[in-house]
Amino acid sequence: MYKTNDLILRTTTSLIAFMMLGFAIYLLIAGHNAPGGGFVGGLLTAGAVLLMYMAYGTEAVEKMIPINFTTLVPIGLAVAVGTGVGSFIFNQPFLSHTFGYFTFPIFGEIELATAMLFDVGVYLTVVGVVMTIILTIANDR
Amino acid sequence: MTVNFAILIPFLAAAIIPFLDKRLGRVHIGWFALLIPLGLFIYLASFIPNIAAGETIIHTLEWIPSYDIHFTAYVDGLSLILGLLITGVGALVSLYSIYYLSPEESLKHFYLYLLLFMGAMLGVVFSDNIMVLYVFWELTSISSFLLIAFWYHRKRSREGAQKSLLITISGGFAMLVGFIMLYAMTGSFSIREIISVISEHTDHPLFLPAMLLILLGAFTKSAQFPFHIWLPDAMEAPTPVSAYLHSATMVKAGIYLVARFTPVFGGEALWFWLVTGVGLFTLFWAAFHAVKQVDLKAMLAYSTVSQLGMIMAMFGIGSAALHFGYSTESVVYTQATFAALFHLVNHSTFKGALFMVIGIVDHEVGTRDVRRLGGLVSFMPITFTIAMIGSFSMAGLPPFNGFLSKEMFFTAALNISELSIYSLDTWGAVIPVVAWVASVFTFLYSMMIVFKTFFGPYQEEKLERPAHEPPKGMLIAPVMLGLTVVGLFFFPNLLGDNLLRPAMAGIFPSFPEAELGVEIYAWHGFNTELFMTFGIVVVGLLLYVTLKYWRGVYVLFPERWSFNALYSYALHQMEIRSRTATKSYMTGVLRDYLVYIYFFFILLIGGALVYTGAINFSITENAPITPYEWIIAGVMFIAAISILFAKSRLTAILLNGVLGYSIAVFFVLFRAPDLALTQVVIETVTTVLFLVSYHFLPEWEREHDRKRRKGLHLLISAAVGTIFATIALAVHNGKLFESISHFYENSYELAGGRNIVNSILGDFRALDTMLEVVVLLIAGVGVYTFIKLKLGKGDQRLEDQ
Repeated sequence: MYKTNDLILRTTTSLIAFMMLGFAIYLLIAGHNAPGGGFVGGLLTAGAVLLMYMAYGTEAVEKMIPINFTTLVPIGLAVAVGTGVGSFIFNQPFLSHTFGYFTFPIFGEIELATAMLFDVGVYLTVVGVVMTIILTIANDR
Repeated sequence: MTVNFAILIPFLAAAIIPFLDKRLGRVHIGWFALLIPLGLFIYLASFIPNIAAGETIIHTLEWIPSYDIHFTAYVDGLSLILGLLITGVGALVSLYSIYYLSPEESLKHFYLYLLLFMGAMLGVVFSDNIMVLYVFWELTSISSFLLIAFWYHRKRSREGAQKSLLITISGGFAMLVGFIMLYAMTGSFSIREIISVISEHTDHPLFLPAMLLILLGAFTKSAQFPFHIWLPDAMEAPTPVSAYLHSATMVKAGIYLVARFTPVFGGEALWFWLVTGVGLFTLFWAAFHAVKQVDLKAMLAYSTVSQLGMIMAMFGIGSAALHFGYSTESVVYTQATFAALFHLVNHSTFKGALFMVIGIVDHEVGTRDVRRLGGLVSFMPITFTIAMIGSFSMAGLPPFNGFLSKEMFFTAALNISELSIYSLDTWGAVIPVVAWVASVFTFLYSMMIVFKTFFGPYQEEKLERPAHEPPKGMLIAPVMLGLTVVGLFFFPNLLGDNLLRPAMAGIFPSFPEAELGVEIYAWHGFNTELFMTFGIVVVGLLLYVTLKYWRGVYVLFPERWSFNALYSYALHQMEIRSRTATKSYMTGVLRDYLVYIYFFFILLIGGALVYTGAINFSITENAPITPYEWIIAGVMFIAAISILFAKSRLTAILLNGVLGYSIAVFFVLFRAPDLALTQVVIETVTTVLFLVSYHFLPEWEREHDRKRRKGLHLLISAAVGTIFATIALAVHNGKLFESISHFYENSYELAGGRNIVNSILGDFRALDTMLEVVVLLIAGVGVYTFIKLKLGKGDQRLEDQ
């Protein structure tokens, strides 16, 4: 079996993957006020990681990103459920969200909503599930 | 202690038996079981003075008060007679079975089932609430099923048990429906209340169905024609069971039911004719067939059926008195009911004794076949004496109690034939004739039981064991029953005055009690009934002597045309037919099931569309269609049609991708950026997944279907598409209320988010989103386990373990 020379792919990937990751994070954070959200953000993140897998191969990426994506699934779910359960502390019904405006030193006034936390949970779960599915299929012998 | 508690005692005892069986060690568990019916018999007997004085005892425990279902125990003459029979014969049978069953048998099961049955039977006779009665009724069926199949390793036992269960349970269900109808009519579950108000409801449309269904229950339980077929097969049970269940108690449950409901339905012509007619025919038919049997137990089984028919017929005749209401003339017809009650007791005594005797013969010489038996009289004199007492009583000869009840039966039959109601003036004359002919056959088989077994040549070489008298303990129970048979002949009024007369008051509530009942005389002078008995003896003896010359007459009724054969055939055919039916549509081919689903979808949804007239819709108010939309729709249409004609799988996958991306474009056009984003990404991922699995899929093959089948599929898919389109258009037309979306327009104030879609997903309706995430998780876990947990070479399949 001969070795392919995929220099162009690898070079572009190192650029595009980071752009994609940035866009994914943007989508996640912007979701509350503009199109986007945890679901799309998660899918795009997974897309970026997959692109890296395709360009560099499994072993290299596993060294670069030492994350077992399957563990992201329970973590994400725990975050999502946790935001729901958290409302019990304040004597509110399950999954009651709230928001507020805070002033931070550099960023100025920023809106923080607990719905964001929930979105983060969704994000983590989506990344975990999509990566698990594709990697298990890809690594199947 | 109340009667309710007395009913529960056998159940409690049954619960202890398995534990006790371990502790008792070498003592026979039957001794414990014997105490229960004995104690209950003494307890119930203590009611006799009260009942004889015309009192009734009632005690209620609440069970399901919100549904008006109470565990009410009601003691009157009728229930007390049966209660005493159940406990009395029960005690004797327990005693008998101690000696009959060897300790190697699974005794704890036997006595557990027996006590279960006893409790259920007591519940049936003492319950005033029909729902509770039904519960106990089914319990008797189930415990009888268990007892018949006591020797479950025998095929015939299992078949007999199955047959009796199927027949009695179907009758039980019919009865339940009848009970519910009664409740619908009268609004009460209590038998006493139903009796008191039923006269207002005789015109109710449910009155006749309720009567027929309850009668069906009674007829199946009491083995009346044509449901008698289960009883001879139930003879596979151990003999004590046959003696107890299939002669003295369970088969009397149906009789009891008829007696209990006589004040409800009696007085109707249909009731009279059904009960009398079926009873009489059963009496004749079973007596006729009993003569044919060669197995003694089968002979007794048929004779039981026949005697039950006789009792049933007498209850039917007695119900005619209710037609007139109370008058001095009508009292004479109540005597039939009195005779029925009397014979009910008599039959239990002599039939119990006879079964026990047959059991002894079987136990001692190892066969019940009359062709192998004979000449046992000198070896088993006591057994012979009891057999003679029982048989002669059954045949209706003095000085045994059967003689008295048979004479009374003839009196009733002769009286009723002179009645002018119910078109009896044309058919009434048949009744005494049938009764007489049946009695001749009864005499005949009674003689066969005695003479073929105990007289004639002793054929030792055909017997498994040499004949000798059984152990004394085994004889106690039949001797006591035999003594009762004789005792009842000499002192019948003791029973009549104390128990039968109060029972009559329950059956004929509108009659003054003093007028009910009759004094029984052993000698009633030279009248028609006595001459009928003389005739029976003469003709019966003649037939017995000439038996071998006319036996051929039974060839006229071959087994092939019997109800037994019909039952087996029906059961067999039902199995085959339902298997064929199931196989015809459960093909195992997924496509066929989809066809069914879509077919019913078209039928139901399409039908509803047409039926409700929802098809009319207008498209005038719809938004105008822009050129972009036309283009995208055109692309989608072409892609969708092309998928159908795609030659390779790859083409189909890519065309499917075209559809997905076009939808994304539609989302853009309709201003749904979140959806468009997600749709693009998801479509990409699914297409990639399709392509990944493409490698593993088999070749894309044209389906080689017949043309007609293809046409059918085309038709179905076209119809489903049309219906969906129609629904979509019609739904648009039927807006019932304002949209609630304006609420979400305040999302910034309420949730702090300007993106409505995201606010709805993450805040307003976040629970749905959370569960969608769980769905994703499950899908991920599913894929993971499917792929990772594959079977390695040589591993054992989990489902095979």
